[in-house]
Amino acid sequence: MMRLVIDGLASIRSGRPVFSGLGLVLEAGEALAIMGPNGAGKSSLLRIVAGLLPASEGRIQLEGGEADTPLAEEAHYLGHRDALKPSLTPLETLGFWQSLLGRPLETPQKALERVGLGHTANLPSAYLSAGQRRRLALARLLIAHRPLWLLDEPTSALDAASEVMFNGLVVAHLASGGMVMAATHAPLGFACRTFTLGGRS
Amino acid sequence: MIAAFIALFRRDLMLGARIGGGAGVGLVFFLMLVTIMPFAVGPDMALLARIGPAILWVAALLATLIGLDRLFQADDEDGSLDLLRMSPLPLPLVVLAKGLAHWISTGLPLALAAPFLGLLLALEPKALLAVTGTLLVGTPALTFIGAIGAALTSGMRRGGLILSVLVMPLMIPVLIFGISATSAALSGTIPFMTPFSVLIALALFALVSGTVAATLAIQNAEG
Repeated sequence: MMRLVIDGLASIRSGRPVFSGLGLVLEAGEALAIMGPNGAGKSSLLRIVAGLLPASEGRIQLEGGEADTPLAEEAHYLGHRDALKPSLTPLETLGFWQSLLGRPLETPQKALERVGLGHTANLPSAYLSAGQRRRLALARLLIAHRPLWLLDEPTSALDAASEVMFNGLVVAHLASGGMVMAATHAPLGFACRTFTLGGRS
Repeated sequence: MIAAFIALFRRDLMLGARIGGGAGVGLVFFLMLVTIMPFAVGPDMALLARIGPAILWVAALLATLIGLDRLFQADDEDGSLDLLRMSPLPLPLVVLAKGLAHWISTGLPLALAAPFLGLLLALEPKALLAVTGTLLVGTPALTFIGAIGAALTSGMRRGGLILSVLVMPLMIPVLIFGISATSAALSGTIPFMTPFSVLIALALFALVSGTVAATLAIQNAEG
C-alpha cells in the first residue's frame, strides 16, 4: 500500500519562516484537510509536496510507489488558477493534458460528462463561467492516473450541486486507494482528517 | 515522451494560430517597418538596394522581440506552467517544444515574407535569396536567445522591456553574421559559406544554450 510520509518539513519564504518541523503521514485511501488562517502556509505546503517550491529542510516520500518515478509525477495539482486556455475547447484541453501526462484513465469526453460539462465539450473555454472553468479543471484529475491529489481550495466557485459531484469524485478516488490533500477554509463534504497549520503567532 | 512532446508542440501551434494567440503581431510589425523604410530613405533605388538586407534583418530582429514576452508568461499566469513542470516530459523538452512552436508561428513567417518585402526594397534576386536563407537560419537563433529572457521575465507584469534589454546584446552576433553572409553573397570578396557557417553554429549554440538557460530560469523562478 502507498503512503505519503512528510517529516521535519520547513519552509522559509522571502526570509520569513512559514512553518517548520511539520510532520504527517497520509495512508492510501485517506483524505487530509489542511486548515489554517490566511498566510499559514497551506498553499506553500501543497506546492512543496508537488515539487513546485523547494523546502528549506525536511523530507517528503511516497512509500510503496514506483521507485524511479518522482513524487511530482505521482500527483495531480489543482491550484488557485485553472490552467485553461480561453481559445481551446474543453475537449482539446483535456486531450492535450492526457497526452502530456500519460497513464490515461478516462477519455476526455467521459471525464467532461462526469463533471457535468458534456454539453460544452466543443465550446471555447472563454465562454465558460467561473464554476464551469473550475469543473473543467477538476475533470483534469480524471483523465490521468495519479495516486495523490493536491487540491488548493478545490470547491471555490462551485455551486452546491457541483460540490456534491466533487465529493463523489474524491470518494471514488479514495475508494480506489488514492490519497487527497486539500487546503480549505470551508469544511469538506467527505470523511477526512484535519491538519491545522498555525500561522503567525 | 515523444507523444507528450508532440502534444505540447501542437497545442502551442494551435494557440498561436487562434484568436488572441498573437502569432500575427510580429509579422505585421515586420511588414510595417519594412514598408515605411522606402518612404523614410527616399526614392534612391541604389541606396535602398544596398541597405535593404540590413533593413530586413533589423526589422526581423525587432519583430522577434515582440511577442517573446508571452512565450512562458502566458503559461505562468494561468497556472499551466506549474502543471508542465510536474509532467513526465522533462523541463528542457518542454522549453524546446514551446520554443520550436514559437519559432514556427512567429520566426518562420518572417523568413518566408522576406523575399516579397525585399522586392519593395529593390533587392536583386541574389540578395533576396541570401536574406531569406540567412533569416531561415538566424530566426531560430533569435527565438532561442530570446527564450532565456522570456523565462527570466515570465513572472513580471511588464517584462517585455526588460526582456528586450536583456537579450538584445546577445542577439547582435547573429545580426552581424546574418548581414555579413548576405553581403558576402552579393560582393563575393569572401565566400558566402564562411559567415553562413558561423551563423549556423550560432543557431545550434542558441538552440542548446537557450533551452538549458531557460530551463534553469524557470526552475529557480520561485524560492
